[in-house]
Amino acid sequence: MAVKPEEFNFAKNDQFNTAMIPGKFARAMRTCKIWQFIRFVIINIKMIIVVSKSH
Amino acid sequence: MARLIVLGGGVAGHTAATFAADWLGREHEVVVVTPNSKWNWIPSNIWVGVGEMSKEEVTFDLAPVYEKAGITYKQAKAVSINPEGSASNDKPFVTFEYTGQGKAGQSEEMTYDYLINATGPKLNFGATPGLGDANGLGEFTVSVCTADHAEHAAHELEKIMDKMRKGERQKILIGTGHGMCTCQGAAFEYIFNVEHEIRKAGLRDMADIQWISNEAFMGDFGMGGLHMKVGGYVVSSRIFTESLFAERGVNYITGAHVNKVEKGKVSYELLDGSTGEESFDFSMLIPPFAGVGLKAYNKAGEDITDTVFAPNGFMKVDADYTPKPYAEWKASDWPRTYQNPTFKNLFAAGIAFAPPHIISKPMKSPNGTVINPTPPRTGMPSGIMGKAVAHSVCDLIKKGPDAHLHEASMAEMGAACVASAGKGWLDGQAAAMTVYPVVPDYEKYPGTGRDTDYTFGEIGLAGHWIKHILHYLFIYKAKLKPFWKVIPE
Repeated sequence: MAVKPEEFNFAKNDQFNTAMIPGKFARAMRTCKIWQFIRFVIINIKMIIVVSKSH
Repeated sequence: MARLIVLGGGVAGHTAATFAADWLGREHEVVVVTPNSKWNWIPSNIWVGVGEMSKEEVTFDLAPVYEKAGITYKQAKAVSINPEGSASNDKPFVTFEYTGQGKAGQSEEMTYDYLINATGPKLNFGATPGLGDANGLGEFTVSVCTADHAEHAAHELEKIMDKMRKGERQKILIGTGHGMCTCQGAAFEYIFNVEHEIRKAGLRDMADIQWISNEAFMGDFGMGGLHMKVGGYVVSSRIFTESLFAERGVNYITGAHVNKVEKGKVSYELLDGSTGEESFDFSMLIPPFAGVGLKAYNKAGEDITDTVFAPNGFMKVDADYTPKPYAEWKASDWPRTYQNPTFKNLFAAGIAFAPPHIISKPMKSPNGTVINPTPPRTGMPSGIMGKAVAHSVCDLIKKGPDAHLHEASMAEMGAACVASAGKGWLDGQAAAMTVYPVVPDYEKYPGTGRDTDYTFGEIGLAGHWIKHILHYLFIYKAKLKPFWKVIPE
């Protein structure tokens, strides 16, 4: 059975083998425009809160 | 009429000078002394370094902006401070040497009532043999610390990409060029932007990409790492960072002090005392930072540099510099007002102030080599410090010497950081992070030293959008365009 693309790097070395590597769905969501627009709004709100607490 | 001199026109200096000029009006004079003719939005240099932006897109001329703001602009390099004045004049003054405005090489003295030292760092390439010398960057590696360096890096990167296109496998080495570097974030951004560009060009299989860092562990970032909420877990930045490196197939070496750079090769010592070598065809190594080498003299002309500055060249401020072991470090060691303890009309902001100690756990190899990151004090904290210091000086001028000083402790302020991992409106990614506070406070937050409700991170396209928008927003603000004051630092 062929290795799934997201699992390919695990076998490269010991450092990678013990790391957490995102699967196909998590990677797709990182560039999904609709989901990322929602995250854009949420991250901005979180950042504005931190910025306002820092001034 | 009082005169405020600001040394340096970077994030801290520019913020301090522009706010001070606005608050003081034309009744008082604000002078900026900076050797540069252009302002540089440094966070975008990494995009210049991969050819995704031009030098012109990340810089602009300072002179017209300062003219508009009513700021006296001296394109010059500060050389020394006489905080007591001289034998013939009681007024404190600063000596500087012009680097432009048709007076290059000429010296001038200027008296001041208040002085803000925001000179930023000296890029100390000379600290590592082969990385560079007193004149700057050497011939074997590239840098993204300035826009000119980044432009050069992009040309060198293009050359190795051409070789890859011809079927020659290339080794890329990116990270820190000394055991006491800071700014790992810039190297982190650059390595993933290089990886992104190479993958986009269909050449990823032709490149071996290697990270080398003085951090004891991945994700230290000079802040001793951080814990953030991700997917319902409180996760160490180590997990977050190692995950990205494994996903992108980028190997890493940590706890490394690069002690020599030669053509195509670096030598290093690790925290366990072992040594090694790493070859490269293309390398970007961040240099360590030092103070710019300002001297200070008393009224009699005697050298009092060690009274005003710490041994590393950064200015002493209201921090607790008492040497103490790591276990006794406290948030309260960190400065609040950035006022010099000896000369009350001297302030420092941004990289120019001397931190009381590092933030990461101090580390040494068995050979006694210090290998630990020095504290980051760039970006948002620099801007906040610059504004707070400007506010204090304006109050001192307007309300008198008893005016309350404004505070901006790094142990009480947070920072929003967006680390690019590849540019592109549709396929770019960046790690968007906030950390609160920058310096951990284990008395207030006994678990992780920070408030995990306000310390978070995630990677994605949204992060890239934010970083790209911030590029335009901060350049707009720095140009003092309409409503610039409502944009936070």
